[in-house]
Amino acid sequence: MRLNRRALLLGTAGSLALPQLAPAQEAPGVTATEIRIGSTNALSGPASAYSVITKGLAAMFRRVNDQGGIAGRQINFIAYDDGYQPPRTLEQTRRLVEQDRVAFLFNQLGTPTNSAIHRYVNQRKIPHLFLATGADKWANPREYPWTIGWQPSYRTEAQIYAKYLLEQKPNTKLGLLYQNDDFGKDYVNGVRDVLGPRFDAMVKLASHEATDPTIDSQIVSLQAAGCDALICGIIPRFAAQAIRRVFDIGWKPMMFMTNVSVSVGTVMQPAGLEKGVGLLTSDYRKDQSDPAWADDPGMKEWRDFMRRYVPDGELGDNNYTYAYGVGSTMLQVLKQCGNDFSRENVMRQATNIAPMDIATLLPGVKVQSQPRNYNVIRQMQLQRWNGRAWERFGGVIEGANV
Amino acid sequence: MSATDRIALPLRRPATALAAWQRSALVLAGLAAALAPLWLLESFHLFQLTMAVIMALAVLGLNIVTGYNGQISLGHGAFFAVGAYATAILMSHLDWSFWATLPVSAVVCGLIGYGVGFPALRLGGLYLALTTFSLAVAVPQILKHKSIEGWTGGVQGLFLVKPDPPAFLPLTPDQWMYCMALIVSSVCFLLAWNLIRGRIGRALMATRDHPIAAEAMGMDIAALKTQAFAVSAMITGLAGSLSAVAVEYVAPDSFSFALSINLFVGMVVGGVASILGSLFGGLFVLFVPNIAEAISKAAPGVIYGVILIAFLFLLPDGFAGLLRRLAARLRRASP
Repeated sequence: MRLNRRALLLGTAGSLALPQLAPAQEAPGVTATEIRIGSTNALSGPASAYSVITKGLAAMFRRVNDQGGIAGRQINFIAYDDGYQPPRTLEQTRRLVEQDRVAFLFNQLGTPTNSAIHRYVNQRKIPHLFLATGADKWANPREYPWTIGWQPSYRTEAQIYAKYLLEQKPNTKLGLLYQNDDFGKDYVNGVRDVLGPRFDAMVKLASHEATDPTIDSQIVSLQAAGCDALICGIIPRFAAQAIRRVFDIGWKPMMFMTNVSVSVGTVMQPAGLEKGVGLLTSDYRKDQSDPAWADDPGMKEWRDFMRRYVPDGELGDNNYTYAYGVGSTMLQVLKQCGNDFSRENVMRQATNIAPMDIATLLPGVKVQSQPRNYNVIRQMQLQRWNGRAWERFGGVIEGANV
Repeated sequence: MSATDRIALPLRRPATALAAWQRSALVLAGLAAALAPLWLLESFHLFQLTMAVIMALAVLGLNIVTGYNGQISLGHGAFFAVGAYATAILMSHLDWSFWATLPVSAVVCGLIGYGVGFPALRLGGLYLALTTFSLAVAVPQILKHKSIEGWTGGVQGLFLVKPDPPAFLPLTPDQWMYCMALIVSSVCFLLAWNLIRGRIGRALMATRDHPIAAEAMGMDIAALKTQAFAVSAMITGLAGSLSAVAVEYVAPDSFSFALSINLFVGMVVGGVASILGSLFGGLFVLFVPNIAEAISKAAPGVIYGVILIAFLFLLPDGFAGLLRRLAARLRRASP
């Protein structure tokens, strides 16, 4: 075999480059100058309205890098598009873990999409942190110790309603109207958590399908059963119907509406602004359109961040306040890690957050976690519809500890 | 024996065909190319390639009915979903082995495909496209319905576990998954190739090109069309089965109508009415969205669209057409 000059040069260059390709790593995804974090979101497709969360998070990490990074390391935030399709989430997650070799996964969007990778990440022991979904199943440290959610689950929300209701009307007869799917059933579970053995005696259930044209008959049957309180776990279209129907038949229960379905434009106006007076719901975030927060230091911090790092961002989009909240939580965990960014330590710190305030969350709503309790946000504040706007009242209420 | 002597049959091997040694060399090269990734690629890329092979198989199914038989289907994602769920239900509820679920999945999808074939007899062209499209839209919702929730797992979907490689093979589960996808797909591709080359293939194409003439020649159009649908659904359903174990999870959201459109795109880009084109179609469907995303994170859909349009401009008859033209040029160059 003849050895020519080019082959020799190539070979030399290759052997020189080889050590550079595999730098000494203290932990997967972490070098002396970089921490790699992976995420997936629906950057395309029907759920792509949520892609601004990724945009907000990328801007937050950019700010941290401008300020010198975390423990002298720059954060490399890699987010891929999964189009909200579970098989693609698995593909992209495997790309992040096996090809990009990220240290851990953060704030991936969606319930079915995260379900598709739930077992994969737990088998491989990769921290799967602060998911962008309100399902209850992410707080299951016994079976899935590597997965942790962030926002209050629907179940926590239902617990809060039930607790307040018991305080106000200890001997209530409660009507529970829910959509017959995972979303709706979380409300049934939450109420059951609080009422325990009294559930069957105190609660009258009525469910509907997402495809039903109306829910009038369910409302009428709950009224006929003598209920004096009503908790609704239903989507906006039915929420408007329910508010109107309850008003029109002259029924005056203490009525709670899931905070998924309380938008002024899509629910309260179609229902009739005056028909919803007295309706109760809850929130954990500061509403940026509320004048009460005009001079709030936390919201000023957020607005300042938006002006400098997301100048083209729509300030009315509450996905940005969400991103700021979940991003701040992530940065807190990284700060707690000190100089040890191994997967074990990241997970240990993510599940040991001492109660802390976050700029874009309501005063009194804390972010926290313990190794045996993965519900990061457990508190919410109630608010009441006064015919024009939502009015917060009372202190924050914590969900049941189950 | 004697009857064939008096009838003018086309030559078994046309003059342009390859010699036997060339053909076996091609088969060996193909086999080597198919098996090489087992050792060359690490697990993530192997997983991607596995998914591409699975998509290729699904596109092949669509090609049988739309490419060769001319019945436009925008609903093959539905058959893919049914196949995936058949395997998932049998594996997770009844603990069947993966291989045992394949015949069941094929039969179920074949029957449903046969059933869909009947309205197809009365609806032509665009109307058929819309009918099959409605199937693709309906299936994810049917899968969530509470009457079958006990079996399908509703919105939550079903989890299953990838089969372990047999003990005598020194393979990882990812490598074994690739082998399984390869085995099932090769068998299906081979069978489809045989089907298309033969009497039935010619009848399918005749029905597509000129139904009246085909009927006048004594072909049973109704039977051909419904059976084409059945075979097509069967193949796409098998691809669904493979995808269920490769992803280890099925949920209604995995089979949105976008999947059906993707299969259609794969078929057109790969080459309508081409067996080999289906393979390229599968690769396109899986890899091009990733390329689009690598170019622009802000608007991957736009880049995907631009790439797609560019392909249709440059390769109006798909990858298969490109290969055909290249082969023709080579043949002209060396008479």
